[in-house]
Order: sequence, then structure tokens, then C-alpha cells
Amino acid sequence: MILFEVFLGGLLLGGMYGLIALGLNLQYGVARILNLSYGEFFMGGAFTAFFTIMLWKLNPLLSLFVSLPIAFVINWLIYQYLMIPLVRRAADQDALDADVVLVTFGLFFVFQGLALVNWSGDLRGYSFLSSPVHLVGATVAFNRLFAFLAACALAFALFLVLRYTRFGTALRAMTIDPVAASLVGIDVRKFSALAFAAGGALAAASGMLVSTFISFSSTIGVEYTLKALIVVILAGVGRVTGTLAAGLVLGVVESVGGYLVDPQLTIAINFGLFMLVLLLRPTGLFTRA
Amino acid sequence: MSGPGDILLSIRGLQKAFGGLVAVRDLSFDIPQGKILGLIGPNGSGKTTVLNLVTAEFAPDRGTILFKDRDIVGAKSFEVCRMRIARTFQLVRVLPHMTTRENVMLGRMFGSAPTVPAHAAKEADALLDRVGLKPRAGMFASQLTYIDQKRLELARALAAHPELLLLDEWLAGLNPTELKIGIDLVRQIGREGITIVMIEHVMEAIRALCHRVVVMNAGERIAEGTPDSVLSDPQVIQAYLGGSDAAA
Amino acid sequence: MLELLRRNWGISALTALGAGLLALVPLFGSNYVLSLFIVLYANVALATAWAFFSGATRYISLATAAFFGVGIYTLAILHVYVSIPLAVVGAAIVGFLVALVVGLSTLRLRGVYFVVFTFGLTELVHQVLNWWEIKINKTVSRYIFTDVSNVNIYETLLAVTLITIVGSWYVSQIRLGFALRAIGEDETVARHTGVNTTRVKILCFALSASVMALVGAVLALRYPYIDASIAFNNTWSFQVLIAALLGGAGRAWGPAMGAVPLVLLSEYLAGSFPHHFSIALGLCFVVIVYFLPGGITRLIERFLHSLKAARAGMGGHG
Ligand SMILES: Nc1ncnc2c1ncn2[C@@H]1O[C@H](COP(=O)(O)OP(=O)(O)OP(=O)(O)O)[C@@H](O)[C@H]1O
Ligand SMILES: [Mg+2]
Repeated sequence: MILFEVFLGGLLLGGMYGLIALGLNLQYGVARILNLSYGEFFMGGAFTAFFTIMLWKLNPLLSLFVSLPIAFVINWLIYQYLMIPLVRRAADQDALDADVVLVTFGLFFVFQGLALVNWSGDLRGYSFLSSPVHLVGATVAFNRLFAFLAACALAFALFLVLRYTRFGTALRAMTIDPVAASLVGIDVRKFSALAFAAGGALAAASGMLVSTFISFSSTIGVEYTLKALIVVILAGVGRVTGTLAAGLVLGVVESVGGYLVDPQLTIAINFGLFMLVLLLRPTGLFTRA
Repeated sequence: MSGPGDILLSIRGLQKAFGGLVAVRDLSFDIPQGKILGLIGPNGSGKTTVLNLVTAEFAPDRGTILFKDRDIVGAKSFEVCRMRIARTFQLVRVLPHMTTRENVMLGRMFGSAPTVPAHAAKEADALLDRVGLKPRAGMFASQLTYIDQKRLELARALAAHPELLLLDEWLAGLNPTELKIGIDLVRQIGREGITIVMIEHVMEAIRALCHRVVVMNAGERIAEGTPDSVLSDPQVIQAYLGGSDAAA
Repeated sequence: MLELLRRNWGISALTALGAGLLALVPLFGSNYVLSLFIVLYANVALATAWAFFSGATRYISLATAAFFGVGIYTLAILHVYVSIPLAVVGAAIVGFLVALVVGLSTLRLRGVYFVVFTFGLTELVHQVLNWWEIKINKTVSRYIFTDVSNVNIYETLLAVTLITIVGSWYVSQIRLGFALRAIGEDETVARHTGVNTTRVKILCFALSASVMALVGAVLALRYPYIDASIAFNNTWSFQVLIAALLGGAGRAWGPAMGAVPLVLLSEYLAGSFPHHFSIALGLCFVVIVYFLPGGITRLIERFLHSLKAARAGMGGHG
């Protein structure tokens, strides 16, 4: 029974991981940019929610009206003014990757440094919707369930957009083959910038949702960048449903593994899984060979 | 040691599929020592894949590749090179931030008879002279024109002292004057006893150089013979029909 | 080797002279100066070792901290049983062996995957070791009992640094160096021109790792105690990478040119404004990519080149 509760906790956690990774997969899948400063927008979203409830005594959900547009704009600017010059000058994907890794790591340091200077490195947290609810015999905090459901709803919405709108069709085409996409008249640069910006906004949204039930600090970003990255690699680049599924796998493995082995080893378990997939199935678990 | 007339490379029942697509299907042909073999066929017929199988870029699904009577399937690319099989690439691949000379030195230093840089440099200069690149020996390879990069690739391949040279559309994209020089160069290399397999769309070059021609279509060998007989074969013309390259 | 020295006698003589002068620093320098130099040497050696492999092959490794930490831990464990010099050498060997294993499994990953993998490796080792110490050994930290003086550490690190720089330059002049560069330029071509790419990569990765472990072991002699967070601190990986690229990873002297200003900056900022150092480091990344792709050495080479050209021009007129 305890194992079931652990499993359920893992599923809820995994939904969150899926959500966190969705934005990164949008950025990496469509714009082909691996943004290692991704987690800083997650951190930003968490802090905005924190200030909204603690300073201004407002519902933290309202913080989304601030953090989403800001994250969207900053990411759009990053793509437009920092990434496009790199894309232009890169001889091949390898060269581009090397530059992108350096620049986005640099941004990570800058954003994290700014956060540390302004908000210090203290651990923060607040309580919101934390009443317990009963779910098929197990007890979970409502905020976790809420975040999970919100994650599923967002993923579903993204899925619908990608499937049924012209914008989505363009993005899917670009994920499969950017050159062919540009040949059929898709403005690849413009859509890449939009997808990249939307990915950043998703990071902020997931930061807000996760902040309702975890404590966080200015340095939390990199941990979530890595988790998102693990999920993206598990899922396969550019896959929405796969991302959610991979998030669930990671959440369950982490919870159950941590429970069975040692909760102190969760990061090690995460990385273990990650390295295994990377070595054995580098195209992802949820892709056809 | 193999002498003139012996079979240098013998391919038997070679097969390679990418997912569902069979790029090379049950292919067999031989090439005697010292001859020039043309490998032709429409786009996507599997020519480059054959080269990639011989040089172990890919492992074949089935079949044998006998080089000097020895099955080389399973050898690594670098081992194939050390057995004296050298190649060029269809899409030119030079090492952009190394000088022209260093590019050629590389071919010499790790090939069949490894040597130190100082010695390799001397030989590299001689080879560069031969392909007409001597004046640009100190330039970065990325600064060379397309044609010069192709020359550089040939020099790099020759630097490995090959017995078998595999050229993948090495003459493509040359203007008539350059083509003439290129054909002469390949002929000269052939006269020195180096066996050559050349993939080519330029039929003029095929006619001028090749002793035999193998025609591929959709991964299969559809004809083999002397250039003249093969190029008048109705089946070959049919395969090329619509392919603009056939006119060249 | 002698032939190479003769052809480059100018820079060789300069290096020897510089080394001689640096070896005399402990006679005059205060303890603070000595410590600063020790940190400098450690960074220079690490950055040079990093550039030796990653600069040439373009396999950007973030595992520096992992190998550095392996060195620290090996020393901490071994120094109880064997003499210090033996423990230090042991650390280098362990670093080499660990890198062999890691290299065998990871060096077929390219690009971003390799970067992330090496980054994750440090975290993984860190966590597992931490857990091991707490759960199995029931300790958090290990004490290091030595009476090795700062002067000894200084001279040892100076020697290690010089050997690393000269060794890395030497390798760049022989076949192995060409093979490494060829791999960075186009691995497929390297393979098809007869380079045993797997062997070259793994050997050089392990060589570079053994220097990192060696530096870790020597530095560990200055710590009263160590724990997993001290040993496996990712900051090392980033700082070393930036130092190498800032200086220019393509030249033997490049990483040193980058490490020196970076260490001085961190000395200046780290005490009073630690977060500002992180911002400065981040900006360094960005500046390098957009404005200094070849690092400081390329800048200097350009400058010298234009100087020469200008002088030639003047000679023509005069
Ligand atoms: N690495 C690969 N992965 C998947 N498919 C491949 C790969 N290499 C080649 N193919 C496919 O195999 C088929 C044969 O390709 P190949 O390059 O051998 O043709 P080719 O005869 O050299 O054509 P061309 O004249 O255009 O150079 C093509 O359909 C190609 O798409
Ligand atoms: Mg081809």
C-alpha cells in the first residue's frame, strides 16, 4: 500500500516533469537550440508566484499574467538577437551546438547571478491549496493534484495546437525537416522564434505550478534544466505526448527508486536512467527506431 | 602480392538496407588490378552506398567484399585505409581549419606506411604540386575554391599510397577545361598501376577512362560491360530516362 | 624532441627562463602570494589539460570537476597508507583509469549529448560518493593529515603545470596531435584516412583526466579536510572551460593566457561579490562566442601579424 502511494506520488511528480520538459522540447525540437538557461525561467516563474502571494497578498495564479509575457519576450529576444547570428554563421550542427552550449550556459550564469544578487540564495516557499485530498485510497496534497491536472491540460492544449492549427502544422513540419519546411514557404526563422519564446513561457508556467508545493531558491534552475533535458532525451526530440510519458517514467522511477534504495540517491537515479538511455537508445524511448 | 590481371576487389552478393529502403541489393562485380571501373546509375541508385560499404562507413547486411582475396567485411574504416584503399567524398570534405599541406600530410601520416610529420610534409608538397595546389599549400583548406578542395581531396587520398582508389563524382562540377585536366590526372594515376573505382555522371569521362562499367539502378546491377556497349544498352537508357545527367 | 627544440629555440629558451624565475618566487613571496600562485598554476594546468583534449577534438567536456574530485578523493584515501608522492601518483593513475572506462562508454556521443553527459557524470559521482560516505562509512568528510609545506606544493604544481604545457605542445607537433585535430575537424575524414579515432580519443581523454586528477591530489594537500561537495564542485568544470576558450584552446600557451586573468578576477570578486563573479563568468562565455572565437592568443597573433605587415610596409617606403 505504501508502495502504491509512492507510485502515485511518482506519477504526480512525473506529470510535473513532463510539463517542465514540454517547453524545452518545443525549443529544442522546433528551433534546434538546446537552451541550457531554460531552468532560470522556471526559477523566475517560481519567484514571481512567491512575490505575488507574499508581498502583494494575491493569488499566485495571477502571477502568470506577469511571468508568462516576460518569459515569452525575453526568450524571443534571446532567439532573435543571440541565436540567429549563431545559426547564420555555423558551418554545421556540431559547430552550432558548441556555440549554443556556451552562450546558453553563459546566460544561465548571468540569470542565476542576477537572481542571487537581488533575491539572495535563501530557500523560499509558501503554502497554497495545500489541503489533503483522498485519491483512490491514497492521500495527496491538493496543490500537487492541481499542478498535475494543469500539466495535463497544458500538454493537451499544446497537442491540439500542434495538430489542428496552421501554426502547429508548420512547427511539426519544421521539427521533421527544417529545410523542406522552408521550401514549402514556412518562415522558419519567425516560427522558430515564436516556438522558442513559447517554450520559455511554458518554463515560467511550470515554475509557478511547481512552486506551490516545493521550496526553491535562486540556484534551483540548473537542476530543472537537467531534469527537463533528461525527459526530452527520454522522450525523443520534438514529441509532445512522448514528453509527458517520459516525464511520468522519470517521476515514477525517481519516487519508487528513491523509496526502495535511498531517497538521497534520487538525483543519482535520475542520471543513471538518463545515461542508460543516452547510451542504449540515443533517439529516445518513445520513438520508432 | 597481386600482379596485373589478378582480381583486386571482388564484391559478392552485397546487400544494405536503410530501414525499409534497400539501397544496395545482391550486388556483385569484380575489378582487376590496374583497371579503372566506372560505377554509374541514376540518382539514389546506391552508388555512394557501395563505396561506404567498401570503406566500412556502414556494415553490409549480407555479402562479402574480397580485397586481395581477403574478406574485409568487419574491418574498421581506418583499417580499410591501412590496407591501401583510399577514397574521396561526394560532398567535398576537407579539414577546414588545417592548411592545405596539413590536410595532405594527414593522409600520409596514418595510411598504410605511417610516418612522422616532417617526412609527410615533404611528400605532401610533391603531391600538391602534382594536383596543381602547390601555391596554396599554406592556405587554410576552407579558403580554397570548390574545385581546389576537390583537388585537395584527391591529393589526400593519394597520400595514403592506395592500391585501390575510390572516387565519388570527383569530376562533377568542373568546367570543360578543368574536366580535361581532371581526366588526364585520373588517367595518369591509373597508368601508375593504381586501381580505380569511379562513380561518375559525366559520361564523357566514363568513355575516356573506364575499362569497364557497372550500371546500377535501385540498388541492383542492371548492366556491365565496356563503356560503349553499356551506354547503348536500351535497359540503361531506360533507367536514365528523364535523368538530365544522361545527356552529359 | 631535440629537433623540435632546435627549431623552436626562441620560445623554448623563454619558457626555461620563465620557469627558472617562477621557481624562485618562494624565496621572496609572502604566503599570500604563494597561495595565489598555487591557485593560478592549478587553473592553468587544468585548463591546458582540458584544451589538450576538448580544444582539439571539440568534444566539450564538463567532467573536469569529476576527475579533479577523483584525484582529491584518491589522495585522501591513499595518503593514510602510502607516502604522499606515491599517493599523488596513484591519483593520476586512478584518474587515467576512470577516464578510460568513461571514455569507452561515452566518446561515441557527440555534440550536446556529450556535454550533458559529462556534466551529469560529475553530479552522479558526487551524489553516489556522498551517499557512500554517509551510509557506508558513516562520515561526511575525510581529514587530510600532512605536513607538506606551501613551498613544496608550489614547486610541485609549477612542475606539473610546465610539464602539462610543454607536453601538450609536444603532442601537438607529433602524429597524435594531428590525429586529435583531425578528429575535431571532421571525424569521418579522420577515420577514412587511417586514424584509429576511438583509440586516439580515449587515450587523450584519459591523459587529460590524469593531469586533472593529479592537480586535484596536489591541491588536496592544502585542505584540512574534504567532502564530496568540495571535491566535485561543478564550478571547476566551467571555470576551466572558460579559461581555456578565453585564452584560445588551439595553442599550447592559450589556456594559460585565459586562466591568469580569470583567476585574478575571481580573486578580486569572489571574496566580496561572489555572485558578481558568476555573472562575470557568464558574460565571459557570451563575449568569447561572439567576439573572441579564437581567444586571446588569436587576438595577439593578429596584432603581431599586422605589426609585421606594417613594418614591412614602412620598409617598402623608406
Ligand atoms: N545514411 C543513410 N541513411 C538512410 N538512407 C540512406 C543513407 N545513405 C543513403 N541512403 C539512401 O540510400 C539510397 C541510395 O543512396 P546513395 O547515396 O547510395 O545513392 P547514389 O547512387 O550515390 O546517388 P547520387 O547519384 O545522388 O549520389 C538513397 O535512397 C538514399 O536516400
Ligand atoms: Mg552518391
